[in-house]
Amino acid sequence: MAFGAAAVANGFSVLQACLLSLLTFSGASQFAVVGVIGAGGSSISAIATASLLGTRNALYGVIMAPRLNVRGFKRVVAAQVTIDESTAVALGQEQRGIDAVKKGFWYTGVGVFVFWNLFTLAGALGAQAMGDIRAFGLDSAVPAAFLGLVWPRLTGKFERILAVSCALFAIAMTPILPAGLPIIATAFIAIVIGMKR
Amino acid sequence: MSAFWIATIGTSVIAFLLKYSGHSVPERWLSHPKIQRINALIPIALLSALVAVQSFSEKSQLMIDQRLVGLSVAMIALFLKAPFPLVVLSAAVSSAAVYNWL
Repeated sequence: MAFGAAAVANGFSVLQACLLSLLTFSGASQFAVVGVIGAGGSSISAIATASLLGTRNALYGVIMAPRLNVRGFKRVVAAQVTIDESTAVALGQEQRGIDAVKKGFWYTGVGVFVFWNLFTLAGALGAQAMGDIRAFGLDSAVPAAFLGLVWPRLTGKFERILAVSCALFAIAMTPILPAGLPIIATAFIAIVIGMKR
Repeated sequence: MSAFWIATIGTSVIAFLLKYSGHSVPERWLSHPKIQRINALIPIALLSALVAVQSFSEKSQLMIDQRLVGLSVAMIALFLKAPFPLVVLSAAVSSAAVYNWL
């Protein structure tokens, strides 16, 4: 719901919002695209930010592939529903055997896909019917969604310091760099720190 | 083609290729501990930056408005372990209230 509304609030059409949910199908990446474009960033910085956020799905695929063991079209479908939720549920079933892992992955992946897309459509149509999006708090829904997505990842002191540093860095660079770049730049902070640690 | 369409299609194509590549490359390629660690840090960096920029700027100008209230309420909701939809909703409602009535 929040995504469909946020997309339309940032100038995307209902069709584009629905296509992003159907084809991109990765919450953080989708919010990033509409967020960066909405902030005045170029399509290139929007795609780059979303794609950097999407790299973790590749690693989930690496973890899931040997457990699912599927080929052809089924692998295409498996890849599309490889997201935070399906991977987390599948790995949570590990002690109950490989069948439970597969079941957890498919039910969660397909289930989230169906509901995510239905709610995107509902949210997009709802936002289209509104006039001033600020009167409905949609301008706050997007940063709140990002906060909700990052919150569970802040498991330790190091993660929290990184989060606050990147937030401050992005704010400080916003008046100086073209829109979108202050956000992408923080990914490189993460890469440098990850290499050193 | 508008920036919206380029962003929609470009993001979708790359998102799928990333997912599919994970299912197709040998496990050892991406299982290096450093890659795993960087992979855990990138979303933290990008999402935190997005929170900040989306809350405190508009078209490259810094500003403080009703979104600060929305963000604070969202943070309180998260401290209280509220589920994701409630976090977003509470931010929207509080921000709308400030915008409409203050």
